[in-house]
Amino acid sequence: MSLTHKTAAELGRLVASRETSAVEVAQAHLDRIAEVDSKVSAFLHVDAERALAQARAVDERIARGEKLGPLAGVPIAHKDVFTTEDMPTTAGSKILEGWRPPYDATVTRRLREAGLVILGKTNLDEFAMGSSTENSAYGPSHNPWDLSRVPGGSSGGSSAAVASYQAPLSTGTDTGGSIRQPAAVTGIVGMKPTYGGSSRYGLIAFASSLDTPGPFARNVLDAALLQEAFSGHDEFDSTSIDAPVPPVVEAARQADVAGLRIGVVKEFGGEGYQPGVLARFHETVDLLESLGAKVVEVSCPTFGYALPAYYLIAPSECSSNLARFDAMRYGLRVGDDGTRSAEEVMALTRAAGFGPEVKRRIMLGTYALSSGYYDAYYGQAQKVRTLISRDFEAAFHQVDVLISPTTPTTAFPIGERADDPMAMYLADLCTIPSNLAGNAAISVPCGLADEDGLPVGLQIMAPVLGDDRCYRVGAAVEKAFDDRWGGPLLSKAPAL
Amino acid sequence: MSSTDTLMPYDEALERFEPVLGLETHVELGTASKMFCGCSTTFGAPPNTHVCPVCLALPGSLPVANAKAIESTIRIGLALNCSIAEWCRFARKNYFYPDMPKNYQISQYDEPLCTEGYLDVQVEGKTIRVEIERVHLEEDTGKSTHVGGATGRIQGADYSIVDYNRAGIPLVEIVTKPVEGTDRLAPEVARAYVTELRELLRSLGVSDVRMEEGSLRCDVNVSLMPRGSSEWGTRTETKNVNSLRSVERAVRGEIERQAAILADGGRIIQETRHFHEDTGATTSGRSKEEAQDYRYFPEPDLVPIAPDPAWVAELKAELPELPSVRRARLQAEWGVSDLDMAAMHNAGAIELVEATVAAGAPAADARKWWMGELARRANEGGTALTDLPITPGDVAKVTELVASGALNDKLARQVLEGVLAGEGTPEAVVESRGLRIVNDEGELSAIIDQVLAGNADAADKVRSGKIAAVGALVGGVMKASRGKADAGRARELILEKLGVEG
Repeated sequence: MSLTHKTAAELGRLVASRETSAVEVAQAHLDRIAEVDSKVSAFLHVDAERALAQARAVDERIARGEKLGPLAGVPIAHKDVFTTEDMPTTAGSKILEGWRPPYDATVTRRLREAGLVILGKTNLDEFAMGSSTENSAYGPSHNPWDLSRVPGGSSGGSSAAVASYQAPLSTGTDTGGSIRQPAAVTGIVGMKPTYGGSSRYGLIAFASSLDTPGPFARNVLDAALLQEAFSGHDEFDSTSIDAPVPPVVEAARQADVAGLRIGVVKEFGGEGYQPGVLARFHETVDLLESLGAKVVEVSCPTFGYALPAYYLIAPSECSSNLARFDAMRYGLRVGDDGTRSAEEVMALTRAAGFGPEVKRRIMLGTYALSSGYYDAYYGQAQKVRTLISRDFEAAFHQVDVLISPTTPTTAFPIGERADDPMAMYLADLCTIPSNLAGNAAISVPCGLADEDGLPVGLQIMAPVLGDDRCYRVGAAVEKAFDDRWGGPLLSKAPAL
Repeated sequence: MSSTDTLMPYDEALERFEPVLGLETHVELGTASKMFCGCSTTFGAPPNTHVCPVCLALPGSLPVANAKAIESTIRIGLALNCSIAEWCRFARKNYFYPDMPKNYQISQYDEPLCTEGYLDVQVEGKTIRVEIERVHLEEDTGKSTHVGGATGRIQGADYSIVDYNRAGIPLVEIVTKPVEGTDRLAPEVARAYVTELRELLRSLGVSDVRMEEGSLRCDVNVSLMPRGSSEWGTRTETKNVNSLRSVERAVRGEIERQAAILADGGRIIQETRHFHEDTGATTSGRSKEEAQDYRYFPEPDLVPIAPDPAWVAELKAELPELPSVRRARLQAEWGVSDLDMAAMHNAGAIELVEATVAAGAPAADARKWWMGELARRANEGGTALTDLPITPGDVAKVTELVASGALNDKLARQVLEGVLAGEGTPEAVVESRGLRIVNDEGELSAIIDQVLAGNADAADKVRSGKIAAVGALVGGVMKASRGKADAGRARELILEKLGVEG
């Protein structure tokens, strides 16, 4: 098997044992990028030279006998919403084209400290706002299963890179489903850790109270290894939780659901869901029962209000977070010809630099926070948020995890929903409650939909700081399906 | 604009209208680092050298609250008799301005850290309680400089430059409730409040409270209502008032301006006005008629502040002696009248007198020199008493020399003059100017003989019983000794020599 098709855990082992070198591994992936990324467009920026230099440094440290972490020498694709001091950081926006941050995000720094080799920066919906990467100012990424379809979003470049074997691992951020939904529609694993479990410092903010960095991988254990590598308390992020990282790697190895109580969210399923998605989901429920789990139906009545609450809270926060892009200190500057006021330059720059979806959300949020509307919109949405958290709490008294389809449909064709924001927003229907409540949730592959042969994801939701449960159940499902299918789902994807 | 404002003479304005005051004070805390990052807060560094990703609002950066600043704010609240919130949050105040890096200010909105307090101030022997509405914590903005154009304001400028060193310095805002019933003392009350507040902040050690450097800034709200009315008028907010004297002038000027407009049937526009140090006038700034919508919402990047009540109680117990309490104690110790104490307070002499007493001088003497000769000289030179180039130790030395008989008051004044002129310590001045009282009996006797010889008529008058004539002879001795003779001893010796019983 070529190096690009191995798991991250295996690559880490090979590099550590010097059976292969980190440089060889990096080169294999750079070659793969050169071969396929013209079709997939997963990357906005690839830096072969720096990647090889990082790989060389890892090889040297191993040669000196240093004991490095399990992912040392493993390549990774990094979502272009994390700052990197040696690479441009655009957040998928024209307004930051060419900007080179003077500092590394905490996640970036921890990747480097773990010896991961950053290949480049991946495409995303502008400022992580979207479910398809079509809102990227630099054009969409393509789904490796069907290049005419979206790879999900906003972290679609990261899901596409891993699903097309350009990298064994990638980072993402999940604000309303931006890791889980792209993982689901590309047939890979994507995890949204507990909010505050991974640092937001250096993550260009979309919605501060929701944004959560998380891992993508082609299997559950690799995802756990990556989450462990970059998680944990960060004094530069006040909202980061000062508690030990849940034992995610151990849980991924445990891969066993016997005796676990699993709740099927009653409200997710039915109208608006693709039949093939529901069929695979129901099959997975049966599978879990056959593995010894106790599956019950659980009602979470307020989950139906999650989407509208989210589309008040997230735009409100984004309207404020994105105010800093004003042409004064960095990024694009338009109309500064010596005759215009600062205010005019700000307005012209923002008009030219932001795409339509970003503008739509800034306007929505500005309106929702306005005096006289605050209570009816933002205030009310926060109350709904509290109710959703209570629904989760009540549910987790009854069961250990909740499950649902990750997303109501499989990957949709590029352009199909581009002019229909509401249809686009529905992609996040099942994922949003966990962002509002801040709990952990993962998406793992659970088969292909009959009608289009495209991947379907299973979402597993666990309580706050119960990330290990997501991995434990996810790994059990993965193991059972791998046995049934004779290998990972992704091996069924067409060659590029 | 200001020059054309019609003013109504103050007395007339007060006959017709009653002022209502409000004061908003911003205090830059003297923490070592900024409110939400580790950058230094030192004043006067080259522009844009105390900056980092956080205070420049680079994409991805996040604030972390400065614990010391929260502690200082709570201490201020406690010293102002406020309740301290057990749970409160920061909020974002959203508006675009180039000197505000994030285009929102992290502030507090409906959940301030401290609420419902008061500060008592003394004006003309009366105690006036100024109620405090709230004390909250926020961050300062950067500083814009508008280059070109006549006014230094943004209108008409060629370009503007921004220094972000100040951006993110912790700022405490102290807001009073409307202050009613001050009547014609409104300007003095405003000044006394800011003075008292400044002293209180200084005693807490939370800020260097330098109005001229902007570490203490005051916005003055004034409205007028016709006598007999109980409905408040429209208020204006005068900004940029950066000295104690200006606080007083700004209130007075605004009363005179508003009174003229109201008397003429006009209406007051709710607006921000800018105070001009040079003329004492205010000019119109931003209108607040169309109120700006700041779209406040709880700051999601920061966790709530939840000060432990036990810790707050500890902070309260550890508060230093507050200035008003200290003044009462010193007044009792020194045995001075309310009026004298108030005069010392207004002149900024209390610390100086206290230090002089600590250096060994009797309180009465210390007060006499600081409030007499030295106050006069400060006044002449247009400087503050504290800025005179003389130390409490110097003054104590002079009182000691007088007490020992080495100097009389007249000579002592010359010594003070010498010290102020930079001639050195009191001893050095006495030495170099030769100011020591002549108490060598032989030398004095010789001078007296000389004077008696030259004033035979006067001497005869004394001999014949006209004792009063001795004054002229003593004057002659003083003149001949160039003031250094001990006048009392000279008188005794003259009478003795003339054979007359004093």
